[in-house]
Amino acid sequence: MQTKDRRFRAVDVVLLTLTVLPFLAGILIKLFFVPPSTGIDITGAYVFFTLPTPLQPLPITESQVNSWLVVLALLFLSLYMTHGIRAGRKTKRQVIAEWIVEKTEDLVKGNMGDYFLGFAPFVAAIMAISAFSSLLSLLGLFPPTSDLNVVGGWAILVFFLITWYKLKCGPVYYLKSFCEPVAFFAPINIVSELATPVAMSFRHYGNVLSGIVISVLVSAGLSGLSNLLLGWLPGVLGEIPFLRIGLPAVLSVYFDLFSGCLQAFIFAMLTMLYVAGAFSPEEYQKRKDKAAARRARRA
Amino acid sequence: MELAIGIILGCCTLGAGIAMIAGIGPGIGEGNAVAKACEAIGRQPESRSAVTTTMLMGCAVAETTGLYALVIAILLIFVAPARLVDILVSAIGR
Repeated sequence: MQTKDRRFRAVDVVLLTLTVLPFLAGILIKLFFVPPSTGIDITGAYVFFTLPTPLQPLPITESQVNSWLVVLALLFLSLYMTHGIRAGRKTKRQVIAEWIVEKTEDLVKGNMGDYFLGFAPFVAAIMAISAFSSLLSLLGLFPPTSDLNVVGGWAILVFFLITWYKLKCGPVYYLKSFCEPVAFFAPINIVSELATPVAMSFRHYGNVLSGIVISVLVSAGLSGLSNLLLGWLPGVLGEIPFLRIGLPAVLSVYFDLFSGCLQAFIFAMLTMLYVAGAFSPEEYQKRKDKAAARRARRA
Repeated sequence: MELAIGIILGCCTLGAGIAMIAGIGPGIGEGNAVAKACEAIGRQPESRSAVTTTMLMGCAVAETTGLYALVIAILLIFVAPARLVDILVSAIGR
Protein backbone atom coordinates (compact mmCIF):
# COMPACT_ATOMS: atom_id res chain seq x y z
CA MET A 1 0.00 0.00 0.00
CA GLN A 2 2.80 2.34 0.94
CA THR A 3 4.80 1.82 -2.26
CA LYS A 4 1.66 2.15 -4.37
CA ASP A 5 0.84 5.44 -2.70
CA ARG A 6 4.36 6.66 -3.25
CA ARG A 7 4.28 5.69 -6.90
CA PHE A 8 0.98 7.52 -7.32
CA ARG A 9 2.51 10.62 -5.75
CA ALA A 10 5.55 10.36 -8.01
CA VAL A 11 3.43 10.17 -11.17
CA ASP A 12 1.50 13.20 -9.90
CA VAL A 13 4.66 15.20 -9.44
CA VAL A 14 5.96 14.20 -12.88
CA LEU A 15 2.70 15.20 -14.57
CA LEU A 16 2.55 18.55 -12.76
CA THR A 17 6.16 19.25 -13.69
CA LEU A 18 5.43 18.41 -17.30
CA THR A 19 2.46 20.81 -17.16
CA VAL A 20 4.59 23.70 -15.95
CA LEU A 21 7.63 22.83 -18.06
CA PRO A 22 6.25 24.03 -21.45
CA PHE A 23 5.63 27.50 -20.01
CA LEU A 24 9.15 27.65 -18.60
CA ALA A 25 10.47 26.42 -21.94
CA GLY A 26 8.52 29.18 -23.67
CA ILE A 27 10.03 31.82 -21.40
CA LEU A 28 13.53 30.41 -21.96
CA ILE A 29 13.03 30.31 -25.75
CA LYS A 30 11.84 33.90 -25.61
CA LEU A 31 14.83 34.94 -23.51
CA PHE A 32 17.47 33.23 -25.63
CA PHE A 33 16.22 33.34 -29.20
CA VAL A 34 13.86 36.29 -29.63
CA PRO A 35 15.60 39.66 -29.92
CA PRO A 36 14.30 42.12 -27.30
CA SER A 37 11.92 44.79 -28.51
CA THR A 38 12.72 48.44 -28.02
CA GLY A 39 10.08 51.01 -27.15
CA ILE A 40 6.93 51.06 -29.25
CA ASP A 41 7.40 47.95 -31.28
CA ILE A 42 4.30 46.19 -32.50
CA THR A 43 5.56 43.42 -34.71
CA GLY A 44 4.14 40.10 -35.74
CA ALA A 45 5.42 36.74 -34.59
CA TYR A 46 9.17 36.26 -34.68
CA VAL A 47 10.30 33.71 -37.30
CA PHE A 48 12.72 31.24 -35.72
CA PHE A 49 13.76 29.44 -38.88
CA THR A 50 12.37 28.43 -42.24
CA LEU A 51 11.88 24.83 -43.29
CA PRO A 52 12.40 24.15 -47.00
CA THR A 53 9.45 22.14 -48.34
CA PRO A 54 8.74 21.15 -51.94
CA LEU A 55 5.82 23.58 -52.30
CA GLN A 56 7.14 26.68 -50.57
CA PRO A 57 9.37 27.53 -47.58
CA LEU A 58 7.57 26.90 -44.31
CA PRO A 59 8.44 29.41 -41.58
CA ILE A 60 8.39 28.17 -37.99
CA THR A 61 7.17 31.18 -36.01
CA GLU A 62 6.83 32.12 -32.39
CA SER A 63 3.06 31.65 -32.54
CA GLN A 64 3.41 28.08 -33.78
CA VAL A 65 5.95 27.17 -31.12
CA ASN A 66 3.88 28.80 -28.39
CA SER A 67 0.72 27.01 -29.45
CA TRP A 68 2.58 23.67 -29.43
CA LEU A 69 3.70 24.48 -25.89
CA VAL A 70 0.11 25.26 -24.90
CA VAL A 71 -1.05 21.96 -26.41
CA LEU A 72 1.61 20.06 -24.47
CA ALA A 73 0.76 21.83 -21.22
CA LEU A 74 -2.95 21.14 -21.68
CA LEU A 75 -2.27 17.49 -22.47
CA PHE A 76 -0.32 16.96 -19.27
CA LEU A 77 -2.77 19.06 -17.26
CA SER A 78 -5.66 16.85 -18.36
CA LEU A 79 -3.61 13.72 -17.66
CA TYR A 80 -2.95 15.09 -14.18
CA MET A 81 -6.61 15.91 -13.61
CA THR A 82 -7.75 12.43 -14.62
CA HIS A 83 -4.94 10.55 -12.93
CA GLY A 84 -6.33 8.13 -10.35
CA ILE A 85 -9.94 8.98 -11.12
CA ARG A 86 -12.38 6.46 -9.67
CA ALA A 87 -16.14 6.24 -9.23
CA GLY A 88 -17.39 7.24 -5.81
CA ARG A 89 -14.13 8.76 -4.64
CA LYS A 90 -14.20 12.44 -3.87
CA THR A 91 -10.79 13.97 -4.13
CA LYS A 92 -10.56 17.67 -4.83
CA ARG A 93 -9.00 17.06 -8.24
CA GLN A 94 -11.74 14.67 -9.30
CA VAL A 95 -14.45 17.10 -8.25
CA ILE A 96 -12.89 19.84 -10.36
CA ALA A 97 -12.51 17.54 -13.38
CA GLU A 98 -16.11 16.36 -13.03
CA TRP A 99 -17.28 19.95 -12.72
CA ILE A 100 -15.54 20.90 -15.96
CA VAL A 101 -16.99 17.93 -17.84
CA GLU A 102 -20.48 18.51 -16.45
CA LYS A 103 -20.48 22.22 -17.26
CA THR A 104 -19.31 21.61 -20.83
CA GLU A 105 -21.89 18.92 -21.40
CA ASP A 106 -24.63 21.19 -20.02
CA LEU A 107 -23.49 23.99 -22.29
CA VAL A 108 -23.39 21.76 -25.36
CA LYS A 109 -26.74 20.18 -24.53
CA GLY A 110 -28.34 23.57 -23.96
CA ASN A 111 -27.01 25.11 -27.16
CA MET A 112 -26.86 22.23 -29.61
CA GLY A 113 -29.33 19.62 -28.43
CA ASP A 114 -28.82 16.00 -27.44
CA TYR A 115 -27.73 14.86 -30.89
CA PHE A 116 -24.47 16.82 -30.59
CA LEU A 117 -23.46 15.62 -27.12
CA GLY A 118 -20.34 14.07 -28.64
CA PHE A 119 -19.18 17.57 -29.41
CA ALA A 120 -18.50 18.36 -25.75
CA PRO A 121 -14.80 17.33 -25.81
CA PHE A 122 -14.18 19.33 -28.98
CA VAL A 123 -15.83 22.42 -27.53
CA ALA A 124 -13.94 22.08 -24.26
CA ALA A 125 -10.68 21.62 -26.14
CA ILE A 126 -11.18 24.65 -28.35
CA MET A 127 -12.18 26.76 -25.34
CA ALA A 128 -9.19 25.61 -23.28
CA ILE A 129 -6.61 26.06 -26.02
CA SER A 130 -7.95 29.48 -26.90
CA ALA A 131 -8.09 30.67 -23.29
CA PHE A 132 -4.62 29.36 -22.44
CA SER A 133 -3.15 30.81 -25.63
CA SER A 134 -4.53 34.24 -24.80
CA LEU A 135 -3.40 33.96 -21.18
CA LEU A 136 0.17 33.29 -22.32
CA SER A 137 0.59 37.05 -22.56
CA LEU A 138 0.46 37.15 -18.75
CA LEU A 139 3.83 35.37 -18.79
CA GLY A 140 5.22 37.90 -21.24
CA LEU A 141 5.06 35.43 -24.11
CA PHE A 142 3.65 36.08 -27.54
CA PRO A 143 -0.01 34.97 -27.46
CA PRO A 144 -0.65 32.72 -30.49
CA THR A 145 -4.22 34.02 -30.73
CA SER A 146 -2.91 37.43 -31.80
CA ASP A 147 -1.70 35.76 -34.99
CA LEU A 148 -4.36 35.50 -37.68
CA ASN A 149 -2.89 32.26 -39.02
CA VAL A 150 -3.52 30.34 -35.80
CA VAL A 151 -7.09 31.52 -35.30
CA GLY A 152 -7.74 31.24 -39.02
CA GLY A 153 -6.80 27.57 -38.82
CA TRP A 154 -9.36 26.96 -36.11
CA ALA A 155 -12.00 28.88 -38.06
CA ILE A 156 -11.32 26.80 -41.19
CA LEU A 157 -11.73 23.67 -39.06
CA VAL A 158 -15.09 24.98 -37.88
CA PHE A 159 -16.04 25.81 -41.48
CA PHE A 160 -15.35 22.21 -42.51
CA LEU A 161 -17.51 21.01 -39.63
CA ILE A 162 -20.35 23.31 -40.66
CA THR A 163 -20.17 22.11 -44.27
CA TRP A 164 -19.98 18.47 -43.14
CA TYR A 165 -23.15 18.81 -41.08
CA LYS A 166 -24.91 20.66 -43.87
CA LEU A 167 -23.99 17.85 -46.28
CA LYS A 168 -25.39 15.28 -43.87
CA CYS A 169 -28.87 16.18 -45.06
CA GLY A 170 -27.89 15.37 -48.63
CA PRO A 171 -26.13 17.35 -51.38
CA VAL A 172 -29.42 18.44 -52.91
CA TYR A 173 -30.60 19.94 -49.64
CA TYR A 174 -27.21 21.62 -49.23
CA LEU A 175 -27.36 23.24 -52.66
CA LYS A 176 -30.97 24.21 -52.13
CA SER A 177 -30.05 25.98 -48.90
CA PHE A 178 -28.12 28.53 -50.96
CA CYS A 179 -31.25 29.45 -52.89
CA GLU A 180 -33.09 30.81 -49.87
CA PRO A 181 -35.41 32.67 -50.09
CA VAL A 182 -35.15 32.75 -53.93
CA ALA A 183 -32.49 31.48 -56.34
CA PHE A 184 -31.60 35.08 -57.13
CA PHE A 185 -29.90 35.41 -53.72
CA ALA A 186 -27.41 32.58 -54.33
CA PRO A 187 -24.27 34.77 -54.69
CA ILE A 188 -25.07 36.65 -51.50
CA ASN A 189 -25.63 33.38 -49.64
CA ILE A 190 -22.31 31.99 -50.87
CA VAL A 191 -20.51 35.12 -49.74
CA SER A 192 -22.15 34.98 -46.33
CA GLU A 193 -21.20 31.31 -46.06
CA LEU A 194 -17.57 32.13 -46.79
CA ALA A 195 -17.68 35.11 -44.46
CA THR A 196 -18.38 32.90 -41.46
CA PRO A 197 -14.79 31.66 -40.89
CA VAL A 198 -13.37 35.05 -41.85
CA ALA A 199 -15.56 36.83 -39.31
CA MET A 200 -14.84 34.27 -36.60
CA SER A 201 -11.07 34.46 -37.00
CA PHE A 202 -11.01 38.24 -37.36
CA ARG A 203 -13.14 38.63 -34.24
CA HIS A 204 -10.86 36.57 -32.05
CA TYR A 205 -7.58 37.80 -33.45
CA GLY A 206 -8.70 41.42 -33.64
CA ASN A 207 -9.76 41.48 -30.02
CA VAL A 208 -6.49 40.04 -28.75
CA LEU A 209 -4.34 42.15 -31.07
CA SER A 210 -6.21 45.38 -30.30
CA GLY A 211 -5.60 44.71 -26.60
CA ILE A 212 -1.87 44.41 -27.27
CA VAL A 213 -1.77 47.54 -29.44
CA ILE A 214 -3.69 49.63 -26.91
CA SER A 215 -1.56 48.38 -23.98
CA VAL A 216 1.67 49.19 -25.83
CA LEU A 217 0.45 52.62 -26.90
CA VAL A 218 -0.77 53.52 -23.40
CA SER A 219 2.40 52.42 -21.66
CA ALA A 220 4.61 54.18 -24.24
CA GLY A 221 2.53 57.33 -23.95
CA LEU A 222 2.66 57.25 -20.17
CA SER A 223 6.44 56.86 -20.11
CA GLY A 224 6.73 59.81 -22.49
CA LEU A 225 4.47 61.89 -20.27
CA SER A 226 6.45 60.84 -17.23
CA ASN A 227 9.70 61.92 -18.89
CA LEU A 228 8.12 65.25 -19.68
CA LEU A 229 6.65 65.94 -16.24
CA LEU A 230 9.11 64.24 -13.88
CA GLY A 231 12.29 64.52 -15.93
CA TRP A 232 13.61 67.29 -13.63
CA LEU A 233 14.08 64.81 -10.75
CA PRO A 234 17.78 64.26 -10.06
CA GLY A 235 19.73 61.21 -11.20
CA VAL A 236 18.09 57.84 -11.70
CA LEU A 237 14.77 59.09 -10.30
CA GLY A 238 14.21 61.15 -13.43
CA GLU A 239 14.59 58.12 -15.68
CA ILE A 240 12.06 55.91 -13.92
CA PRO A 241 8.65 56.27 -15.61
CA PHE A 242 6.56 56.69 -12.46
CA LEU A 243 3.33 57.41 -14.33
CA ARG A 244 3.49 53.94 -15.88
CA ILE A 245 2.58 52.42 -12.51
CA GLY A 246 -1.06 51.46 -12.26
CA LEU A 247 -2.97 52.11 -15.46
CA PRO A 248 -1.27 49.47 -17.66
CA ALA A 249 -1.95 46.89 -14.95
CA VAL A 250 -5.66 47.71 -14.98
CA LEU A 251 -5.68 47.50 -18.77
CA SER A 252 -3.90 44.17 -18.57
CA VAL A 253 -6.56 42.77 -16.25
CA TYR A 254 -9.19 43.69 -18.81
CA PHE A 255 -7.37 42.81 -22.03
CA ASP A 256 -5.37 39.79 -20.93
CA LEU A 257 -7.58 38.15 -18.33
CA PHE A 258 -11.16 39.16 -19.08
CA SER A 259 -11.01 39.61 -22.83
CA GLY A 260 -8.91 36.48 -23.36
CA CYS A 261 -11.34 34.26 -21.50
CA LEU A 262 -14.36 35.99 -23.03
CA GLN A 263 -13.07 35.53 -26.56
CA ALA A 264 -12.42 31.83 -25.87
CA PHE A 265 -15.99 31.47 -24.64
CA ILE A 266 -17.39 33.38 -27.61
CA PHE A 267 -15.39 31.36 -30.13
CA ALA A 268 -16.62 28.10 -28.61
CA MET A 269 -20.18 29.45 -28.39
CA LEU A 270 -20.19 30.52 -32.06
CA THR A 271 -18.74 27.15 -33.07
CA MET A 272 -21.61 25.42 -31.30
CA LEU A 273 -24.28 27.73 -32.70
CA TYR A 274 -23.03 27.54 -36.30
CA VAL A 275 -22.60 23.76 -36.27
CA ALA A 276 -25.96 23.21 -34.62
CA GLY A 277 -27.60 25.67 -37.01
CA ALA A 278 -26.14 23.87 -40.02
CA PHE A 279 -27.90 20.63 -39.16
CA SER A 280 -31.64 20.08 -39.15
CA PRO A 281 -32.56 16.84 -37.36
CA GLU A 282 -35.98 16.58 -39.09
CA GLU A 283 -34.46 16.69 -42.56
CA TYR A 284 -31.79 14.19 -41.53
CA GLN A 285 -34.46 11.86 -40.12
CA LYS A 286 -36.49 12.20 -43.31
CA ARG A 287 -33.45 11.31 -45.41
CA LYS A 288 -32.62 8.37 -43.19
CA ASP A 289 -36.19 7.07 -43.39
CA LYS A 290 -36.14 7.40 -47.15
CA ALA A 291 -32.88 5.46 -47.39
CA ALA A 292 -34.24 2.78 -45.08
CA ALA A 293 -37.40 2.49 -47.16
CA ARG A 294 -35.34 2.16 -50.32
CA ARG A 295 -33.21 -0.53 -48.72
CA ALA A 296 -36.33 -2.38 -47.55
CA ARG A 297 -37.83 -2.24 -51.05
CA ARG A 298 -34.66 -3.68 -52.53
CA ALA A 299 -34.46 -6.52 -50.01
CA MET B 1 10.91 60.05 -55.09
CA GLU B 2 11.03 61.21 -51.48
CA LEU B 3 7.85 63.20 -52.07
CA ALA B 4 6.10 60.15 -53.48
CA ILE B 5 7.15 58.00 -50.50
CA GLY B 6 6.03 60.73 -48.14
CA ILE B 7 2.63 60.90 -49.80
CA ILE B 8 2.31 57.10 -49.53
CA LEU B 9 3.14 57.08 -45.82
CA GLY B 10 0.86 60.02 -45.06
CA CYS B 11 -2.05 58.59 -46.99
CA CYS B 12 -1.64 55.18 -45.34
CA THR B 13 -1.79 56.60 -41.81
CA LEU B 14 -4.61 58.97 -42.78
CA GLY B 15 -6.53 56.04 -44.25
CA ALA B 16 -5.99 54.06 -41.06
CA GLY B 17 -7.44 56.92 -39.06
CA ILE B 18 -10.44 57.23 -41.36
CA ALA B 19 -11.00 53.46 -41.22
CA MET B 20 -11.26 53.58 -37.47
CA ILE B 21 -14.31 55.89 -37.72
CA ALA B 22 -16.14 52.58 -38.13
CA GLY B 23 -15.59 52.15 -34.40
CA ILE B 24 -18.61 54.40 -33.85
CA GLY B 25 -21.03 51.79 -35.13
CA PRO B 26 -20.23 48.90 -32.78
CA GLY B 27 -19.95 51.38 -29.91
CA ILE B 28 -23.49 52.61 -30.35
CA GLY B 29 -24.80 49.13 -31.09
CA GLU B 30 -23.21 47.47 -28.10
CA GLY B 31 -24.29 50.33 -25.87
CA ASN B 32 -27.87 49.75 -26.98
CA ALA B 33 -27.55 46.02 -26.40
CA VAL B 34 -26.16 46.47 -22.90
CA ALA B 35 -28.82 49.06 -22.03
CA LYS B 36 -31.58 46.69 -23.09
CA ALA B 37 -29.94 43.83 -21.22
CA CYS B 38 -29.82 45.96 -18.06
CA GLU B 39 -33.51 46.75 -18.50
CA ALA B 40 -34.30 43.09 -18.94
CA ILE B 41 -32.34 42.11 -15.84
CA GLY B 42 -34.05 44.88 -13.89
CA ARG B 43 -37.43 43.54 -14.94
CA GLN B 44 -36.57 39.87 -14.39
CA PRO B 45 -33.56 39.50 -12.08
CA GLU B 46 -33.88 35.71 -12.14
CA SER B 47 -33.03 35.54 -15.86
CA ARG B 48 -29.73 37.28 -15.25
CA SER B 49 -27.33 34.56 -16.46
CA ALA B 50 -29.21 33.80 -19.67
CA VAL B 51 -29.52 37.49 -20.53
CA THR B 52 -25.84 38.10 -19.82
CA THR B 53 -24.73 35.21 -22.03
CA THR B 54 -26.96 36.28 -24.89
CA MET B 55 -25.83 39.87 -24.53
CA LEU B 56 -22.16 38.92 -24.67
CA MET B 57 -22.80 36.83 -27.78
CA GLY B 58 -24.65 39.69 -29.42
CA CYS B 59 -21.92 42.12 -28.49
CA ALA B 60 -19.30 39.85 -29.99
CA VAL B 61 -21.19 39.57 -33.25
CA ALA B 62 -21.88 43.31 -33.37
CA GLU B 63 -18.22 44.00 -32.76
CA THR B 64 -17.21 42.29 -36.00
CA THR B 65 -17.60 45.37 -38.18
CA GLY B 66 -15.43 47.38 -35.85
CA LEU B 67 -12.82 44.65 -35.94
CA TYR B 68 -12.86 44.62 -39.73
CA ALA B 69 -11.99 48.32 -39.55
CA LEU B 70 -9.27 47.56 -37.02
CA VAL B 71 -7.72 44.91 -39.25
CA ILE B 72 -7.79 47.30 -42.21
CA ALA B 73 -6.17 50.02 -40.09
CA ILE B 74 -3.45 47.68 -38.86
CA LEU B 75 -2.77 46.51 -42.40
CA LEU B 76 -2.57 50.12 -43.55
CA ILE B 77 -0.10 51.06 -40.83
CA PHE B 78 2.16 48.01 -40.68
CA VAL B 79 1.89 46.22 -44.03
CA ALA B 80 0.75 48.58 -46.76
CA PRO B 81 3.52 51.26 -46.69
CA ALA B 82 6.37 48.81 -47.31
CA ARG B 83 4.48 47.04 -50.07
CA LEU B 84 3.38 50.24 -51.78
CA VAL B 85 6.89 51.68 -51.62
CA ASP B 86 8.18 48.47 -53.17
CA ILE B 87 5.67 48.78 -55.98
CA LEU B 88 6.63 52.42 -56.50
CA VAL B 89 10.35 51.65 -56.59
CA SER B 90 9.89 48.80 -59.05
CA ALA B 91 7.64 50.98 -61.22
CA ILE B 92 10.05 53.87 -61.37
CA GLY B 93 12.96 51.47 -61.57
CA ARG B 94 15.48 52.87 -59.15
